Amino acid sequence: MMVDQVVIPALKILIVLNAVLVGVTFMVLLERKVIAWTQARLGPMRVGPYGVLQPIADVVKLMTKEDITPVKADRWVFSVAPLIALIPALIVFAVIPFGPEVSLFGRQVALYITDLNVGLLYVVSVASIGVYGIILAGWASNSKFPLLASLRASAQLISYEVAVTMTLVSMIVSAGTLSMVGIVNAQESQQVWYLFVQPLAFFIFFVGGLAETNRAPFDMPEAEQELTGGFHTEYSGMRFALFFLAEYANMIVVSAVATTLFLGGWLRPFPNVAALSFLDLVPAWCWFLAKTFVFLYIFLWVRATLPRYRYDQLMRLGWKVLIPLAIANVVVSGLVKVLL
Amino acid sequence: MADVITFYTLAALILIFGLLVVTTRNTVHSVLFLVADFLAVAMLYASMNSLFVAAIQVLVYAGGIVVLYLFVVMLVNLKRPPEEVRDPARQTGLGGVLAGVVLAELALIAVANALDPPATDAASSTAGLTEQVGLALYTDYLIPFEVASVLLLVAMVGAIVLARREL
Amino acid sequence: MTTDVRPMFDTDELVINMGPQHPSTHGVLRVVLRLDGERVVGSDVVIGYLHRGIEKLCESRDWTQIVLLTDRMDYVAAATNNIGYCQTVEKLMSIEVPRRARYVRTIMAELQRIASHCLWLGTHAMDIGAMTVFLYAFRERELILDLFEEYCGARLTYNSMRIGGLPLDLPPGWDRKVLGFCDVMEQKLVEYEELLTNNRIWLERTKGIGVIPAEEAVAIGLSGPPLRGSGVQRDIRKDEPYAAYDEMRFEVPIGKACDTYDRYLVRLEEFRQSVRIIRQAVEGLPEGPIVGKVPRLIKPPAGETYHAIESPKGELGYFIAADGKSTAPYRFRVRPPSFCNLQALPRLIQGHLVADVVALIGSIDVVLGEVDR
Repeated sequence: MMVDQVVIPALKILIVLNAVLVGVTFMVLLERKVIAWTQARLGPMRVGPYGVLQPIADVVKLMTKEDITPVKADRWVFSVAPLIALIPALIVFAVIPFGPEVSLFGRQVALYITDLNVGLLYVVSVASIGVYGIILAGWASNSKFPLLASLRASAQLISYEVAVTMTLVSMIVSAGTLSMVGIVNAQESQQVWYLFVQPLAFFIFFVGGLAETNRAPFDMPEAEQELTGGFHTEYSGMRFALFFLAEYANMIVVSAVATTLFLGGWLRPFPNVAALSFLDLVPAWCWFLAKTFVFLYIFLWVRATLPRYRYDQLMRLGWKVLIPLAIANVVVSGLVKVLL
Repeated sequence: MADVITFYTLAALILIFGLLVVTTRNTVHSVLFLVADFLAVAMLYASMNSLFVAAIQVLVYAGGIVVLYLFVVMLVNLKRPPEEVRDPARQTGLGGVLAGVVLAELALIAVANALDPPATDAASSTAGLTEQVGLALYTDYLIPFEVASVLLLVAMVGAIVLARREL
Repeated sequence: MTTDVRPMFDTDELVINMGPQHPSTHGVLRVVLRLDGERVVGSDVVIGYLHRGIEKLCESRDWTQIVLLTDRMDYVAAATNNIGYCQTVEKLMSIEVPRRARYVRTIMAELQRIASHCLWLGTHAMDIGAMTVFLYAFRERELILDLFEEYCGARLTYNSMRIGGLPLDLPPGWDRKVLGFCDVMEQKLVEYEELLTNNRIWLERTKGIGVIPAEEAVAIGLSGPPLRGSGVQRDIRKDEPYAAYDEMRFEVPIGKACDTYDRYLVRLEEFRQSVRIIRQAVEGLPEGPIVGKVPRLIKPPAGETYHAIESPKGELGYFIAADGKSTAPYRFRVRPPSFCNLQALPRLIQGHLVADVVALIGSIDVVLGEVDR
């Protein structure tokens, strides 16, 4: 009883949190490497063989830097903002299903922290809190460029959250459940990844995901060339690092959610082809991580390739293209569900 | 027992945050306390097993509406002193009447509950789940639901008319 | 272009200071923007942060020393500045430059045009967020720097011309390397175009941004690619040929839409035309002396002259007055293309968004060393 209710969940939380934080630091290295290779460079090469220890050096550097608070800043909000950005990005992982239930040392252990009945809503609602970190950071800095950046962030979030949430509605129509585990199970029983059932929803989700994580080509809030550093211009040291952590953790969240919703979560490729059943030899969570990695790679690839949208163009894309498409997709999914 | 402690802790938090919202001088701080208040309310819902309502509370109020509040508060210069209250006595009186009405309503509910305790059957433990909320909205509460949506439509039209007078 | 920073009485306007320390102002340009939301309602361009008084300094240096001061103006295309200055003095003294030297000058000028346009393309694309193009363009620019290093030993400020011709003959095998570079450059241009020319985001960011009609462009005094982007057929290489341009076959690309995208297309086509000119010049490179008949002491006769060449950024003109007595110019004045083109900036960014401001600064292609001198 004690073990099942306290020890195992605590262990799971510990493992997931640590994995995410370590994953984030190496994500930064991966980003630098991938973009360097795209651009005919080598990337970090000095710390460790091929620069693999660079993240450790980065973390040490960021932790030992001076933490500056501008005199005119709102001290209280200024110090809380990085936490508001980071915490939602981390607690979303509570409902991400990394794998099914497996038996470990004679115990049935589920490879997720919890399976909420409203898992998908939980993800959306917690993610919507994260933007406060950006807005407040920009406002509390009491500086013009960060303020402009934070205005862009709020406008961007409001536009894209609507489209992304709409695509989730059509996913719920397909799966008939809001539970993350339930959605994977539905894909298993229907023997198809929802990517092939809802390609339009997948596209909208991916574009919206890029926008919500402030990644290129929608990295308006931190557009270096226009707004110098964006909302975190006035931040330094560990507080800056928290924003960095939040951004990359959010990328991992979006990738993991996309994997769960559209790529069958922990299911092997082509669950409907029996001839490929040897793929089941690979543990389920490995499939999950591999698919998430593919998404993360696409994030980096897009960043290395595309120019940046302008703020009003981004709004136009969100409101005039993605939201109507998402609404149409919901209507069509509903009709198909009712008629077939 | 644990439920009771959770409830009173959260209720106290909600009250404290609510008070801070109206007493803080800095408007952005005030909005922040409002967010904290909504989050505490969401936790209260969650503690009562109404996960769906809790998630919607966070998504719509904390994540959506208050972002717009914050937008307005940040953009509009609120450093200006508030306009002079012309008739303080009238406002106090109105406030007193409203507070009295709310108190009376709460007392009525408390009395009614004491006389006829609500059933705590199995149905109530699933009352906050998605299916039940959906069913209730589209069967028993269909008319209030539609009326609310018409109200929102009116508000939207009003906002557009106000924003763009030269339509 | 004065500092006119009005106090902010109207609270609806936000005044922000872009530069002189800002990643996209290409040096130490400062633009004071008055914003309504993110829309620019007014702007003041503030220059002078890099002023070193080169023009005045030249009036106390003798004629050969000035060559190396001209390097420090448009340091992205230093050899072009050298050529312009040397030709002006040659005009003043009526010195005949040998044909081989004129051919080499043409090659150098066109290599510098490619190098300068590489830097422009990289930074312009980077300002709009396409950072890969930046490194690709710098990779090719590096090849040009290598060629110059082999010729004169320097990589940025070359001091690579002498009055009357060249200081050095070409190193053996240099011409073949230049031809090799031309092949590489043509391939890489395709790469740049794949990343940008038909990219939807690039089109949305550049089409219809900063439109300046031909008459207005002429009235403001634009020159070079920004002028040609507005559809005006004006290229000093064609209209008043200097060096060996009269013997070269090339076309002058012009734009139609007068916007940032057309200025981009014009410059990309100039890459191709430059490669074409370099090929012709290297293949037809005559043998012979590299310096004309220059007196041991350079002392031009009293008089004044204005001579302009087509630098990568536009019309680079030198006005030099000599009193015929001293060994230094009496008056030395430069018409820098970046400075004159920069005058169009407030007009271009009016009514656009902050994001377009950086795109437009990039589209004008300024080098602050030349603006401030």
